Amino acid sequence: MDDVAVLANHDTGHDTGHGHSTSTGLSNNKMAMWLFLGSECLLFGGLISTYMLYRGRITQGPRPSQIFDIPFTSVSSFVLLMSSLTMVLAVTSAQRKDNERTKLWLTITALLGATFVGGQVYEFTAFYNEGLGFTTNLFSSSFYTLTGFHGVHVTIGVIMLLSLRGVISANKDTGDRAEVVELIGLYWHFVDIVWIIIFTLVYLIPA
Amino acid sequence: MNATATDTHEQHDSHAPGLSDATAIKIALILAAMTALEVSTYYVDFGAFFMPVLMVLMVVKFFTVVSYFMHLKFEHQMFKLLFYTGLGLALFVYFVALATFKFFS
Repeated sequence: MDDVAVLANHDTGHDTGHGHSTSTGLSNNKMAMWLFLGSECLLFGGLISTYMLYRGRITQGPRPSQIFDIPFTSVSSFVLLMSSLTMVLAVTSAQRKDNERTKLWLTITALLGATFVGGQVYEFTAFYNEGLGFTTNLFSSSFYTLTGFHGVHVTIGVIMLLSLRGVISANKDTGDRAEVVELIGLYWHFVDIVWIIIFTLVYLIPA
Repeated sequence: MNATATDTHEQHDSHAPGLSDATAIKIALILAAMTALEVSTYYVDFGAFFMPVLMVLMVVKFFTVVSYFMHLKFEHQMFKLLFYTGLGLALFVYFVALATFKFFS
């Protein structure tokens, strides 16, 4: 009987442990997420290289060294870094099927993410008031495009985290809950690693 | 055959061996310390080591998060291939674009 079961498994694909079979034996959802993150590397690679090309093109307006507030941005970076830790704790809680802790850590992660976005909005407003608009020079255009795209990614992550928390609260999720939390966690960690690069190349290395 | 079936199931279980909470906290503390060291370069003159220190810290932080928080280190080769192919292409595009515009000269 076991032989038949294994043969059938080979014929139809492997059980990924999530109630469905795939031809690779791997979770399709997870594979799609890694593929998506691979393509996101290209998106941010293009934006970062554009910024690196134009970072010194400051014909008018304030220079970065005059307006960047490194202590403030450092705190924002620390907040986003710690949100990666709380995301890991949400994933491990979900794998232990501890719904209450999963919801708690998802909420904390979303709050930390929202704090980061709030800090970015404050920072952009301060820069604008200092005379650095989107079209002031090539540096400002590439700076706002790069950091703005990242901010939008964080915002989407916050929306996904809060939506997931709502779905778990309402118990309306289908499929493997732990895998869904893990997938959103992968996205969240990705926005963190992009910021690790941005923080160094944009803020800490002077133009 | 029972053992084979079990092996197959374990091999393809996508809940890869994750981190314990304690290990995750330790890694986060190490990352925080590295961030503090990065920020210190703004206040302390590292001289010729300024750029190498920042680059090394950035790369180490990047791969620490990818390897442990995203636990890619423990994942199937296919997932590593998908992500690192994207990353490799991004780096390639990055260097070609910068070289085209004579960034390095």
